[in-house]
This record gives sequence, structure tokens and C-alpha cells, in this order.
Amino acid sequence: MKSRFFGQVFAAVLVDALYEMRNYPVVLVNTVLSPLSFLLVIAFVSRGGLIGDAIEGGFIMSMFSSGMSLQSDLSHLKNDFKLQDMVVASPTSPFTYVTGMALAELVYSIPALAVLTVLAWIFIHPTAGEALVLVGVMLLMFLTSIAIGFTLATFSSDIVQSFAFSRLISTLFSTLPPVYYPVTYIPLPFRYAAYLSPTTYAAVIAQSATGFLSQAGVSIVLDWTVMVAVTVVLSLIAVKKARWREV
Amino acid sequence: MGKGELVCSGLTKIYDNSNGRKALDSIELAVPARGILSLIGMNGAGKTTLVRILATQLAPTSGGATLDGDDVVKDAKRLRKRIAVIPQEARAIPWMTPRQTVLTYLMWRGYTYGESKKRAAEALARVGLEQQSNVMNRRLSGGMKRKVLVATVLAADADVSFLDEPTTGLDPVSRRELWRFLDEIARDHFLILTTHYLEEAEQLANVIGVMDKGKVVGIGTLEQLRGSLKYQYSIRLPVAVQLPQFEGVATPGRDGGVQILTNEGEAYRLSQAFLSAGTKFSVNRVSLDDVFFHFVHAEIGEHGQ
Repeated sequence: MKSRFFGQVFAAVLVDALYEMRNYPVVLVNTVLSPLSFLLVIAFVSRGGLIGDAIEGGFIMSMFSSGMSLQSDLSHLKNDFKLQDMVVASPTSPFTYVTGMALAELVYSIPALAVLTVLAWIFIHPTAGEALVLVGVMLLMFLTSIAIGFTLATFSSDIVQSFAFSRLISTLFSTLPPVYYPVTYIPLPFRYAAYLSPTTYAAVIAQSATGFLSQAGVSIVLDWTVMVAVTVVLSLIAVKKARWREV
Repeated sequence: MGKGELVCSGLTKIYDNSNGRKALDSIELAVPARGILSLIGMNGAGKTTLVRILATQLAPTSGGATLDGDDVVKDAKRLRKRIAVIPQEARAIPWMTPRQTVLTYLMWRGYTYGESKKRAAEALARVGLEQQSNVMNRRLSGGMKRKVLVATVLAADADVSFLDEPTTGLDPVSRRELWRFLDEIARDHFLILTTHYLEEAEQLANVIGVMDKGKVVGIGTLEQLRGSLKYQYSIRLPVAVQLPQFEGVATPGRDGGVQILTNEGEAYRLSQAFLSAGTKFSVNRVSLDDVFFHFVHAEIGEHGQ
């Protein structure tokens, strides 16, 4: 039997996104509402002053949520349906399976990303260069969250534990840190704690690129360096620690 | 060495946090890789662990195994192209239809979308789910859901398929229907089947492996397993009577009857005696139940041994 990468990736997208979206359209409402709910709160509380920051926060949260959903979905399919056991004993490689599942999460995010893109077009008017920076930040955020999600899914043994992890990580990395507003709004002693989350760097880079936050050039280079380093380290941990064949 | 065979040598598995308890304890076996190998044993005997190692899902602690010459650890990538698995407790995903379930599984196995669609339709028709192929799995009965999983194995056309307790929880009619499909698959493929139903192993298996406490304590055809018993005949008396002297074992049952295990000569002699005395009885070769209880040295509730 031949190994067909694209077909195997597409199979994962069908199982984890397209069939679910087609058969349960209500799940789409949640994927759109989650990043938009914070955006609305920030926009109303700031009387529109922070709407640009909040839209960028919505993008970052959408990308970060992908990894957390990946964690829950992988765990659900592995523990409750034994799907992963069936796929392990097939020509599909772990890389192909995870790539497919990760893309499925991205497909899930498309409705939210579409709404955010329209809002960004209206309220931020990014230039091509700024848009490129936003896309780069989102891509790094996506890879970081996928790496976290895959590693956690490897160690989670049931769906309750998996959802608990997912909620905890989401709160720590996307609700508590200054993703929807500038980091400068956080008083100084606490601001250092915010920098423990990779989402803070993503938000700072995005806000600086579109002029919502004033940062020195060195600072921006440092933020990019941290973001890339975190992505690389978490990806390496995921590759090293993740288990395909159990031990 | 091992071509056309399933070979295990010194296969041992100790799970983390198990205080060193051996889930598999130096398994040694060599059986032809064709037909149906059925593994029977009590809960925790090691059946699922053995299947998961052979199906490349779990790493052994020591020892090794080869399937048709391929090492389950070193040659896993090659082996995975030739094997298919229905794990214990596998369930058809509720938000998918049977057609979608089989189709996506085949795509993971490397078939194109078009091929997968065609093979899925054929397999579902073979298991009698043609009409339900576009119904959500969550709306199907338990037996139908199991058939969906069996259809994946049918459609996969893998050289070797592992089915871990595929009929658990099914009603007798559905179970017999699944036996028919398994029998069909086994005509030109190798099936490794674990089951709690001894009748299932007796009906389907070409080779039966009896597992107990992580070891394969008996393996062979039913005839070979019977042959390893001291007493190969079973006489059942519906009511307890005064028994003559004989060579063998008599065990009272809960129903008030008696089971006698004995050899062929004694079975013939006792039968003559019961016939002369007008005592009702039945005489048979020992069943797989008797063989199983002999190998695992279990307490036989029904027989009161």
C-alpha cells in the first residue's frame, strides 16, 4: 500500500473538521464567538479606542485556540474512539496524522479568521508589510500552540483531564496575558509576569507593527527572537516527548 | 526465519507504575500466519497487550516478535502497510456516517479518495449496511456500529488484521452474523482475534492460544489442545447418581448434575454401565471450556471444581 501524504492529511481534515462542521453546524458559532467575545468587551470598555488591539488579539487567540482544540480532539479521538490506535497500525506516519489534525483545526478557525479579516480591513487598514507581520506572528502562534497541544494530548489519558488542561492553558496563555490590549496597561511589577506567556510577545509584535504600541527596534527584534525560540523549543519538545507507539 | 509465521520469542511487557508485574511474561510461540488465531483468557491475562505489541502500537520491554518475517519493532513501518486493527473498545465516530468512517480509514491506509469511496461502498454492502451507509453512526444499533468497524477491516484488505474482542456486547444473532464476515475475511487473510467467548474461538479459530497471567499456557488446534489433556472425554449426568469406580475426575454442578472427565476407554465403559442402569447421560469430547479451565487452573463455578 502506497503512502499518500496529501490523501492522509485530507482524511484527518475530513474527520476532525469538515464532517463535524457539516453534521453539527452549531460548532461553527462557538469558534466565531470565542475570539469575538473578548474583542467586543474590550472595544466597548475602551469606547472603540482599543478596537485595533482587540482585533489583533482575536487573531492571536484564534491561532492559540487551535492548539488547545487539537489537544482535546486528539485526546478525544484517541481515548474515546481508539482512532489513533487504528491509524498507528496503518501506513500513516505520526507527522502526517498531526499535520492533518492541525490543518483541521485551522479549517475550523476559518469562519472566525474571515470575520476578523473583515474587521481588520475596516478598522486597522494594514499595509502589505503590516499584514505580512501579522500573518508571520499568527503562524508562529499556531505552531507554538500545536506543539503544546500535541505534547499534552500524548500524556492525557481521558477526555475530562484533557479538557481541564485545555481550559487551564487557554486561561494562562490567552485570557490572562495582555493579548487584547497593550502590555503597557499592566502595572510594572505584574508586566514582567505577562512576558512569561508567548502570546504577550505575539501581541506586542502585532501591535507594534500596526502602530498601536510604540516599541524600540531592539525590543521588537528581541520579541521576534523569543517568539521563534519558544516555537522551536516547544516543537522540539513535542517531537521528542510525543508518543506514537506507546511504551 | 519466521516467513509465513507469527513468531514470539521471550516477549515480555512490564508497564510503568505496575510494580514490576509482567503483563506479558516471556511469550514463546510460532504459528502459521493464516486463518484465524484466537487468543482466549481471563481479564488481565495479557491478550490485549500481546495484540497491541504485535500490531505495532505498544513497545515490548524485552524479547521480540516477527510477523511473516517482519520484526514488529524494527520493521514497523513496513508492517504497518500490511496490517489493520480494530482495537478493544473502538467505536464508530458518532458525527460520521458509515460511508465516511470507512472512506477516511482507507485514505489513511493510502488509498485515493476515489478508490476509498468505491471500496467503502462495496464493504458496507457486504456487511449489509448499504441502506444505512449515509445515516449518522450515532443513530445505528450497537450491532450495526460494530459492523461499520468490521467493514473497515474488510475494505482495507490488509494481509493481517487484529480484532480485539470484536463481538463483545453483541446479541447472539449479531455475533453470529459477524462470525460469518470474519470467516469470509480469514479465507485469504490472517486474523488475530481475542475473545471472552469460548464458543466463538471454537467456531472460528484455526489455532487457539490460551493465555493466563501473561503467558501463553496452551496453543494449537482444538484437537491438539484436547490431546494435551489427560482426560479427553466428558460425560454429563443430569442428576447425581452413585458412580462406579473409574479413572478420571467427577465434579458436581450447580444444577445438581455431575460432569465426569475421563479417557476414551473409561468413557465407553461408563456409558455401557449407565445404559444398562437406565441412567440418562450424554458423552462428548471435552469442549474448549474444559480445555480452557484445565490450562488456567481456574475455579470452575458451574462444575464446582
